[in-house]
Amino acid sequence: MSTTLKTTSPALAVTGLAKRFGPRTAFSDLSFQVDQGEVFGFLGPNGAGKTTTVRTLGTLIAPSEGSATVAGLPLTPANGIEIRKRISIMPESPGLYLRLTVAENLRFFAGLHELPDAKDRIDRALRAVNLTDRANDPCRSLSKGLRQRVGLARALLNDPSVLFLDEPTSGLDPVSAREVHELIDGLRRRGVTIFLTTHRLAEAERLCDRVAILNTTLRTIGRPDELRDQLFSKTLGVRTARPLADPAAVFTGLPGVESWRADNSAGDSSDDGCGSYVLGVTDPDLAAPAATRALVAADADVLSLSQSQHSLEDVYLQLIDTDGETAS
Amino acid sequence: MSLILTRRPGAGRTGPLSRPRIRAVVRKEIQDYRRNRFIVVTMTVMPVIFMILPVIDTFALPSDVASSMLTQRVGLSLLYMLIVPAVTPAAISAYSVVGEREQGTMEPVLTTPLRTEEFLIGKALAALLPTLAISYGVFGLFLLLTELFAHPNVATAVFQGPLLLAQVLFTPLVAGWSIWAGIAISARSNDVRVAQQLSTLASLPPLAVTSLFSFGVLTPTLRLALILAAVLLVVDSLGWRAVSALFDRERLVTGRRAS
Repeated sequence: MSTTLKTTSPALAVTGLAKRFGPRTAFSDLSFQVDQGEVFGFLGPNGAGKTTTVRTLGTLIAPSEGSATVAGLPLTPANGIEIRKRISIMPESPGLYLRLTVAENLRFFAGLHELPDAKDRIDRALRAVNLTDRANDPCRSLSKGLRQRVGLARALLNDPSVLFLDEPTSGLDPVSAREVHELIDGLRRRGVTIFLTTHRLAEAERLCDRVAILNTTLRTIGRPDELRDQLFSKTLGVRTARPLADPAAVFTGLPGVESWRADNSAGDSSDDGCGSYVLGVTDPDLAAPAATRALVAADADVLSLSQSQHSLEDVYLQLIDTDGETAS
Repeated sequence: MSLILTRRPGAGRTGPLSRPRIRAVVRKEIQDYRRNRFIVVTMTVMPVIFMILPVIDTFALPSDVASSMLTQRVGLSLLYMLIVPAVTPAAISAYSVVGEREQGTMEPVLTTPLRTEEFLIGKALAALLPTLAISYGVFGLFLLLTELFAHPNVATAVFQGPLLLAQVLFTPLVAGWSIWAGIAISARSNDVRVAQQLSTLASLPPLAVTSLFSFGVLTPTLRLALILAAVLLVVDSLGWRAVSALFDRERLVTGRRAS
């Protein structure tokens, strides 16, 4: 039976959470919510406090201050066991008993969850991670990627309403990482709330509905496209076969275009005799046709006109670099 | 949303202990030990060593040995028999917590609903069951060999009701002490080998008392034996509570004490 909550309360609600180890602050002033069924990315550099946050929300360690609800239950000492019944955590290292077989590992954890239909659940979990044919293999004989999949199967055994995945593709080759991504996609379709810590930004961009960037404190939170819009202005890049005789006359006053500049960063433009320009725009859908018409009217040979794409990586680096500059 | 207390959140202690969860720990432990070469070798070699010595000692006794000497040698042989339940589980119990940490399985286990007390009781039972099987097996074999090959008057000295009863009674009690001491050390150690060495040392105090009997420093009376047994019984019964207090989930996961 699934323990997925059917209420509208958030899967995770965190307010002012902090954890200190003596004088060292692992994270502080953490506040956010994760909705049910959401895939929430938790990004940050090494030592940012991602794993400590997961361990805190997973009742493994006690917060120093703040409050939270996890899977609908207040994070209090008395609720530790009940919370752990409703969640699963897959740590960065899968932590398998290497002398035991895959099935024996899963049977042990099914026993710890007191699952009544353990055999069915183990079969289902193994099918979900495509490991049915390896059930009787000792975990010692599995590759790192396969061990990671066993770890994921273990995390699925109790049908968690919130699944914490701590760097699930860390150290995996691209093929294995892609398989894990497909599994996460599958869980999203099943409506499982996933809290994913990673520093693979492409992974977060691909998988997550929203992301938070942590660097001891929460730096930002939102959808990847929202974060891009917040941090970077929208631009159109224009390349012409020859530099425009009077670019100001072409670009100034166009609908949706706020500003323009010659793109000196395009190193090849002067070498190959092309013209390259960056238009600051308010609405790319309005500005692009207007710019095209103006370029044609100016008898320019247009090589390309494209909207600039900032990745989540750009957002991340912008925020983390800012932290570095502030610190220095 | 409620204010978080800074007590360990996993330390919820409501409700009765779960037998299925304890059983799951015991089953897993025994499966794991059976495939751990170090533990298998230790649990095989140690009892054999501690059986060979008393067997040789007992067989070497002549038929006309003096009564006081006979009593002392039989006492010594039976003491060797009690070393088996003291030393054998130390290898397992010392490995129980620090071994989980070393192979990275502690964190996944602690993220399940398993309570600290259930974890510890499961670990202790998993060490106790093979220890009892080995200790009673070795003792039974010793008795059999004594009956078959020792001089009749030596065999008679060994086959005394109170001695046999004491051996049967003290075997689980001594093992219990050794197991809880080993788990306690394991819960606070960062290295398996150090934990095993310390656990072996910690398993010896009950033997010191029995040695005093064997060497005639203390006179073994029924009253004294019962008191000693009662003390060990109390220690064994409350061991899981004492060790639970030492079991710091936060330190086991992060390597740092809860702040």
